Amino acid sequence: MLKIEHLSLAIPAPGGDRQAVSDVSLTLAPGHVLGLVGESGCGKTLTAQAILRLGESQGIVRTAGRVLLDDADVFGMPEPELRTVRGGRISMIFQEPMTALNPVFSIGAQLTEVIRLHLDLTRPAAEERAIGLLADVGLQDGAGLLRQYPDSLSGGMRQRVLIAMAMAADPDYIIADEPTTALDVSVQKRIIDLLRGLQEKRGLGMLLVTHDFGLVAELCDEVAVMYAGHIVERGPVADIFDKPAHPYTRALMHCRPEADGRHKRLPAISGQVPSPGKWPEGCRFAARCPLAAIECSTPVREDAWQEGRHLARCVKVMEVLKDEKLEAFL
Amino acid sequence: MSLLKVESLSKSFTSGGMWSGKRKVTHAVNDVSFEVAKGETLAIVGESGSGKSTTARLVMRLLEADAGRITLLGEDVSQLKGSALRRKRRHMQMVFQDPFASLNPRMKIADSVGEGLRVHAPELNSKQRRAKVAGILEQCGMDDSVLDRYPHQFSGGQRQRIGIARALAVSPELLVLDEPVSALDVSVQAQILNLLSDLQKEHELAYLFISHDLSVVRHVADRVAVMFAGRIVEQGDVQDVYVRPKHPYTRELLDARPVGHPSQRHAAGDEIVRSDEGVADAGCPFRLRCPFARSDCETFDARLSGGEHRIACLHPL
Repeated sequence: MLKIEHLSLAIPAPGGDRQAVSDVSLTLAPGHVLGLVGESGCGKTLTAQAILRLGESQGIVRTAGRVLLDDADVFGMPEPELRTVRGGRISMIFQEPMTALNPVFSIGAQLTEVIRLHLDLTRPAAEERAIGLLADVGLQDGAGLLRQYPDSLSGGMRQRVLIAMAMAADPDYIIADEPTTALDVSVQKRIIDLLRGLQEKRGLGMLLVTHDFGLVAELCDEVAVMYAGHIVERGPVADIFDKPAHPYTRALMHCRPEADGRHKRLPAISGQVPSPGKWPEGCRFAARCPLAAIECSTPVREDAWQEGRHLARCVKVMEVLKDEKLEAFL
Repeated sequence: MSLLKVESLSKSFTSGGMWSGKRKVTHAVNDVSFEVAKGETLAIVGESGSGKSTTARLVMRLLEADAGRITLLGEDVSQLKGSALRRKRRHMQMVFQDPFASLNPRMKIADSVGEGLRVHAPELNSKQRRAKVAGILEQCGMDDSVLDRYPHQFSGGQRQRIGIARALAVSPELLVLDEPVSALDVSVQAQILNLLSDLQKEHELAYLFISHDLSVVRHVADRVAVMFAGRIVEQGDVQDVYVRPKHPYTRELLDARPVGHPSQRHAAGDEIVRSDEGVADAGCPFRLRCPFARSDCETFDARLSGGEHRIACLHPL
């Protein structure tokens, strides 16, 4: 099990650190896909990177909570042990396939380096494994590809190479941060299919960080929606799609143009996400919420509304659910 | 009479050949024709490298075409230069994907938005100009407190409102919008799409809307042109094209959209994996990826044909 418990993170800023993530708890089980959804600036990438303590070099500080990998706290691990976890037990796929590969080394050099870092293999054996991994991600002629350099590959192929790299040491968990955002639609579809296939075949636990509910619908079992540094709604994917309970989730889901809504007015969320640390004491979404009332100005618990495993940090859920057509947002 | 008429527009770029490698010619835009009428939205949709942004730049005359004709309000503008071109530009303005890059960081918003008025409305004194700018910004949902601020003080959505205001300042008939909402968060996208729709109604604006996003295009467009490898492969009423696509590429694009609900997921592996890329040099450019390609596609000239709903395909769906 991979568990985040009550994690809070602060980012450095002139005039003192600012809280960017507060009290986030998530559980990722092997074989499950958890979607962490939100807009830019909500803290989803910081949360995901904290699992591997990747933010530390940028001065991001854990102020509370812990990350447990099978009951061992990642933040308590000595550096050598952490290195075996990174890429070994937990791998990461980033959004930018253009910048995640080093342009001066061949694909083969970069791929076998990762393999040999984690597995005790000779160079020829590592190359053989690399060719096998490339085949797994749908890239034929692996031997030829190993000699090529990143700039001769398309965005879709680079993302496949990065996925192959993430799979190099047979990890148990994958953190995929916007893995298809930079790709064209038709390529995106193939990468989604590839990720789903690998996840199912290898029984991977996957944390999918995204702003796109389409991707969530394609891949996730569970969903957690983040807003302004904390989780505002969570639950099984079908529950979230059938009955989004937090007004933010609802608006986010429906402000994408729909199939038959030509020229119709889109529900829009006015204003913008409050910047890190500048959160109100009460509901953090209240300033943008058309349903906000006086009771929203005191802190709201994550389980203010609950139905089975479906939770929402909102005291007005009954009213939210009544407004089926989201008229409040038009 | 159509507001904008584009006929057989072509542009190629060459790369390589200086020190190493072979000289390579890419037909970025190849024999592209379309019209935009007053008050309507024509969307050009395509993936990266399809030539859609190059088309926008050619129409704006930010790039010189190799061949073809651009007619704006009945006048051929493809050969205009200098002040004649500048005068004509009052009628068509461009909105870019990244409004931050298109706003001068050292210029106050009032000056950026009012810049075009200096050229096109020299009769206005600075006070009148400021008042007009404030009015336009208000239509774009910004109050006059923004006038003396600088671009870096605004969020992406606000900057795009400013970019739209800047384009609207000279009262154009046509806006060329190049991925205007692609860089924005979804909730902000909705605000900007609503704004564009309000402005269009109010000013009877025509939009040439460039986008890779099929859902956004369906929402905003009256007609759509699908581009692949520099060519328009399908063109027609947006409803017709989305409901009954005839070109295999359009179908592939539409099928690739993520599902709307987890219950609509396809089982993994029921997809034929075709190569990620591959554009044919001769014949139909899509034939290497096309599941319906036959031998006659190798010699097909890939020209659009048909009435309202036009396609460039020998074996339509």
